[in-house]
Amino acid sequence: MSTEYQNLAKDGLWENNPALVQLLGLCPLLAVTGTVTNALGLGIATMLVLVGSNITVSLVRSWVPNEIRIPVFVIVIATFVTLVELTMNAFTYGLFMALGIFIPLIVTNCAIIGRAEAYASKNNWYHSAFDGLMMGVGFTLVLVALGALREILGQGTLFAGAELLLGEWARDLKIQLFSFDYPLLLAILPPGAFLGMGFLIAGKNWIDGRRKAKLAKAPIEKAQRARVTTVN
Amino acid sequence: MLKNMRKNGFILGAFAISATALIVATQFLTADRIATQERNELLRTLNELVPPEQHDNDLFSDCTMVHATDALGLREQPVYRSRMNNEPHALVLRTTAPDGYSGAIHLLVAVDMQAQIKGVRVLQHRETPGLGDKIEIQRDNWILSFNGERVRSENDARWRVRRDGGMFDQFTGATITPRAVVAAVQRTAWYAQNNMDTLFAAPSNCSGEPLVSEEQPYEY
Repeated sequence: MSTEYQNLAKDGLWENNPALVQLLGLCPLLAVTGTVTNALGLGIATMLVLVGSNITVSLVRSWVPNEIRIPVFVIVIATFVTLVELTMNAFTYGLFMALGIFIPLIVTNCAIIGRAEAYASKNNWYHSAFDGLMMGVGFTLVLVALGALREILGQGTLFAGAELLLGEWARDLKIQLFSFDYPLLLAILPPGAFLGMGFLIAGKNWIDGRRKAKLAKAPIEKAQRARVTTVN
Repeated sequence: MLKNMRKNGFILGAFAISATALIVATQFLTADRIATQERNELLRTLNELVPPEQHDNDLFSDCTMVHATDALGLREQPVYRSRMNNEPHALVLRTTAPDGYSGAIHLLVAVDMQAQIKGVRVLQHRETPGLGDKIEIQRDNWILSFNGERVRSENDARWRVRRDGGMFDQFTGATITPRAVVAAVQRTAWYAQNNMDTLFAAPSNCSGEPLVSEEQPYEY
């Protein structure tokens, strides 16, 4: 029971991270990560849609015939995106304006229909909800990491415009790390998003590689004392 | 076979209907709040240009739509009119600079009865982040350099960026953006000061025109 949750958490956050491993939802990921605030806003919106669609898909899975499951998933996802869009329009107006077209575009984020098809349509609702949550958190963390990277390099700030997401008190959250006359344009423009994303993926692979090397090294040394060869 | 198709059609229809019902309900619950948000956003910008203590009318509804292609751009634009004790006080015009670095720049320009610029704000633009976006008040004070200025003639040579021999700074690395904004403000101010009486006399007919245009950046 608890191992299922552990596996889901490990998959969503690291092993099968929607952004770093599955490489899904790259369009919004690359487009809105100019600042941490935008990244966090879209990340949370995506997470809400993921949890909502996963729960619904899981609850109706026994009534939906196999042949029409994809259109049904699309209806469910589109509904949740519209609900989130209307809610953001009403309650976080500034952020809604800043994210613009990328909120409706959550519909096209393949990570969502991917989870509906791969997990929620085969598992019970509470596991599906947790899966959606973990995948959403994993996606959000990558968005925020990329947003922070680009915001620091491009503008020298962190949390600029946080008041759009969190309300007026958050205006003081903005940290001016350093300032310069010429912003690093490359970091702000789309190519910076691709480069940053590349570095994040490379970083993840590097960590995985080291972990694997460590795991592989230990038993081999024990078994073959006489002749130690380098692994790979 | 036919029975199966009928069943699937029925299920799909049921999903479509319940999804639509859910959206309609949410739309119904949020519509008022969204309208208020849009109105507040507009009022906030308008009040930055014409402070509330300088007028006693409802700026939001005292508004007329005008079609002046040469001065304000292709679309019909709202003109908000500020009055004090029924006396004309200032005009706030929405205008478009079609020749920005990446597409149109939408502006709000306030002009008082002495033809002085009270202020300019950018409503929407797609200029290069870090360079052209210094026209936003949140990023730079440049937009305030219009305050108190006046257009003296239709081809007032002072209304250029410094590189073209005028009185407004350009940005290092971005000349096209400020050039477009300066030209648009000049056209708008000249139009306003020559049509003051007509604009103040025109009937109010804006009916909640959205402040920001519906076009969205589809560039990615």
